[in-house]
Amino acid sequence: MAYSSILNWIINRDDWVNTVVNGVDYSGIVNMSPYAGYNLPYDIGVKIWESLGGLIAWLINLIFPGNPVSYTLVSDPVTNAMAIILMVVVIFAIGFVVNLTMIWQERKFLGRQMDRRGTMIGPLGYFQCLGDGLKTFMKENVAPRDIDKKIYWWGLTLVIGTSVLLACMIPLSPRWYIVDFNTGLLIIFAFFALAPFLIMCAGWAQNNKYSLIGGLRAAELMISYEVPMLILFAATVYMTGSFNIGDIISWQENNIWLIVPQILGFIVCVVCAVAESERVPFDLSEAEAELVEGWQTEYAGMKWGLIMLGDYFRGYVACALVCIMYLGGWSMPIISSFDWYYQYLPELFFVLKTCFVFIFFITARGALPRVRTDQIVNVGWKVLMPLAVVNLVITILVKWFIENGGVF
Amino acid sequence: MADEAKIESPSYDDVISLIKSKFGDKVQFRESTKKNVRSINEKRRIFMSADREILLDLAYFLRDKLNFEQASCVTGVDWVDHMEVVYHITNYFNAITVEINVTIPGDDLHVPSVAPVWGGANWHERETYELFGIIFDGHPKLERLLTPKSYEFYPFRKSYKLRGQQ
Amino acid sequence: MAAEKMNADQMWLTMGPQHPFSHGLWTLRVKVDGEIVTDAEPEVGYLHRGWEKECEQRTYQKIIPMADRLCYSASMTWSHLFCKVAEEALDIEVPERAQYLRVVADEICRIQSHLMWLAAVGTDAGNLTIFLWALREREFMLDLNVRLCGQRLTTNYPRIGGVRNDMPYYFERDCLRGIERFEKALWDIVKLTDESSIFVGRVKGIGYISREECANLGITGPAMRGCGVDHDIRRDDPYDAYGDMDFYVPVYKDGDAYSRFRVRIEEMFQSCSIIKQAMKKLESIPKTAPYRLKVPKAIPEGTHMARIEDPRGEGLMYLISDGSEQPYRLKVRSPVFVNVSASKRMVQGVRIADIPTVMAMIDMCLGETDR
Repeated sequence: MAYSSILNWIINRDDWVNTVVNGVDYSGIVNMSPYAGYNLPYDIGVKIWESLGGLIAWLINLIFPGNPVSYTLVSDPVTNAMAIILMVVVIFAIGFVVNLTMIWQERKFLGRQMDRRGTMIGPLGYFQCLGDGLKTFMKENVAPRDIDKKIYWWGLTLVIGTSVLLACMIPLSPRWYIVDFNTGLLIIFAFFALAPFLIMCAGWAQNNKYSLIGGLRAAELMISYEVPMLILFAATVYMTGSFNIGDIISWQENNIWLIVPQILGFIVCVVCAVAESERVPFDLSEAEAELVEGWQTEYAGMKWGLIMLGDYFRGYVACALVCIMYLGGWSMPIISSFDWYYQYLPELFFVLKTCFVFIFFITARGALPRVRTDQIVNVGWKVLMPLAVVNLVITILVKWFIENGGVF
Repeated sequence: MADEAKIESPSYDDVISLIKSKFGDKVQFRESTKKNVRSINEKRRIFMSADREILLDLAYFLRDKLNFEQASCVTGVDWVDHMEVVYHITNYFNAITVEINVTIPGDDLHVPSVAPVWGGANWHERETYELFGIIFDGHPKLERLLTPKSYEFYPFRKSYKLRGQQ
Repeated sequence: MAAEKMNADQMWLTMGPQHPFSHGLWTLRVKVDGEIVTDAEPEVGYLHRGWEKECEQRTYQKIIPMADRLCYSASMTWSHLFCKVAEEALDIEVPERAQYLRVVADEICRIQSHLMWLAAVGTDAGNLTIFLWALREREFMLDLNVRLCGQRLTTNYPRIGGVRNDMPYYFERDCLRGIERFEKALWDIVKLTDESSIFVGRVKGIGYISREECANLGITGPAMRGCGVDHDIRRDDPYDAYGDMDFYVPVYKDGDAYSRFRVRIEEMFQSCSIIKQAMKKLESIPKTAPYRLKVPKAIPEGTHMARIEDPRGEGLMYLISDGSEQPYRLKVRSPVFVNVSASKRMVQGVRIADIPTVMAMIDMCLGETDR
């Protein structure tokens, strides 16, 4: 097998169009690939398996020359299957690293806001989260006796599972996605709204009054913040004319970032995103002052660690949604018109923008106390909801002017 | 008492004379001999002893007529042969604190509760009950508060010896 | 309660003894209808160690450090109170210099106790920034404690008949600098709390108690002044040098958690002013003046009572001496003990989320509650 570095493949993205590169015919894989266009994670998966599986095949071939196993390992169908598995790993790994970075970012920023140092282990305290994760991992896996075992475990699994799934479904660039749905944004919203229901079930299953109240609060929160969020989403879709995330972003790149016509929507969306990801000041379902740890009370050890990780995944998704809907996603004003931008940088800039939005979240956490249950519902229905409707009306007017008068 | 109106801030002499005219011999006043204590010199401390029969009347009189709004403290004292309950009642307007000593015979540890008069005395009476065994008649909830419910002795009595206190 | 008939609409929720909202070991059993609290039952006693009985077999000098341990964050006022009741028993007046030193130490103690409370309010309201900022300021106050008394928390500073030591060199400079710095820094925290509409919305209008009820339930201290009772023992029944001090007593008539919050914040500013005045007075008293009287070990027979304004309310000690070196009976009236008995009344009708904020305004300290 021809071997060259992964970086080389990433740079030469035209490889995908020319199915024969360096004398090797890729047309079999290309035909079998689930993607019509170029997909970077899949490509990385292919290359990794080419080197890894190729190495294994070569070693086996050294011992048993001419055996069929070696040829099967590097054949097109096996390469394709392994590439998809490796692609999933790559996407999750990148999401995980981004998530760890955001946890580190939050701890460091929050530390500075509170006049302390924040995490200190490793370079700039980056390894503290890993250490904490290891410590949580070492804890005993205990579950209370009188629980509803099925829902206890499934609720937990699904909450974490949907959160991670969501994070993986966020595309980082035109070439970095799992599935390029035409209704991508809608599906992300649907999964996003699923967790509170599961939290409610998990809270009920724990046979603990605190977790029960926490779970019910999560449902309360969902009902009051899902609606304005969806109205904002309708405004975005109306403006751009597509549910597809790539289309929404390319519309913004070609016309204008939606934060300019929809500044109101952006503000409401940040507030709703904080509420949706259940962070301070809207973390009612785990209000530690009165509900011990809310719906997570009976989830000890690594279960709690994973829940926390899942929370940050949801925070990441919320930031990414704000980024996609209002800040132009992976596009940048001037530099994205250069060729090299889409060759090297869109993923990086998307993640940076997401982290930038996350600073709002962190600042809110540092500055505001927790909101009470009745106040949160009041704010959701009486403030954010009308503002979202106003935003929708503005969007419709702007769109009408564009189509009829050509203001932009 | 013909005049039923509340005196918001009764003076030191008013308190003594009004109580004397109302209760006569049943309340004995004591004069402090201290010379260097500021609150006694400035007449903000009244010391008296009362019979337990008139305690409740006295309490209502102090609260409703003389505006002593707060029961600061209820203390039980074990004098081995008899017991004593000491009340400290405060008026918020002139900061006069009345100290009422009520003596109880050792074989009949009952005293009327002032918790219905001053809610602040509630827990103090519970505490005195559980630590001394003095029963406050008419208390809304005379249960053990600080010590475990299983205790059958009264730890603050002098008969209860601590280690090394024989 | 156990015998109560089962009601499917309402449930008893046991908050404590190990619960983030209970700052110390105590339990608040609340009956909730959804999120609304309909009934409550405080339970204390986890820390009951028979303090009063313990005192009966210790000499008077040995009780002073024990009195420090009544409350970890208001230790100075408790040992001060014990010394005061012993001085009343001996019928002596402490030297002027000692009086002012006690006032300074008391007010430093009050500020750091209130800051501890403010930190607790921060966590109870769900904001860690308030917590950490308040504790940062508290460390400066504790440093002043270290300079003056040699200890951070349990100072063991007052003595019967005076104080243990005079001011160290440059304490006046350090104290005034620290206080001026603190006054500025407190405004930062006020901005974070009082000027934040979310925070004010959290504490305003909850835990209402009327003036009459407050007086009747025996609530004292800032909680009482937040209900409209204009009474402060420092001003109305002055002890030591407080009679010479010029300060005002903040009183709010709303009777909710917010007014209690405001009272405590303003008290901190007043304490700063008192410390400044006392420092100025201390300048005029010669450094060679006595700060401590020699007192006999035994106290003559009699009954004695002293009151003091603790950071949490009215502290009262009732001492019966029998002429020996040990007290016959020493009763402590703890302000929190009475305030927490009124918690049932305070939390009725509020939401579960409000319980921490309402109870935070009492400023729990279980050492003195259970004694």
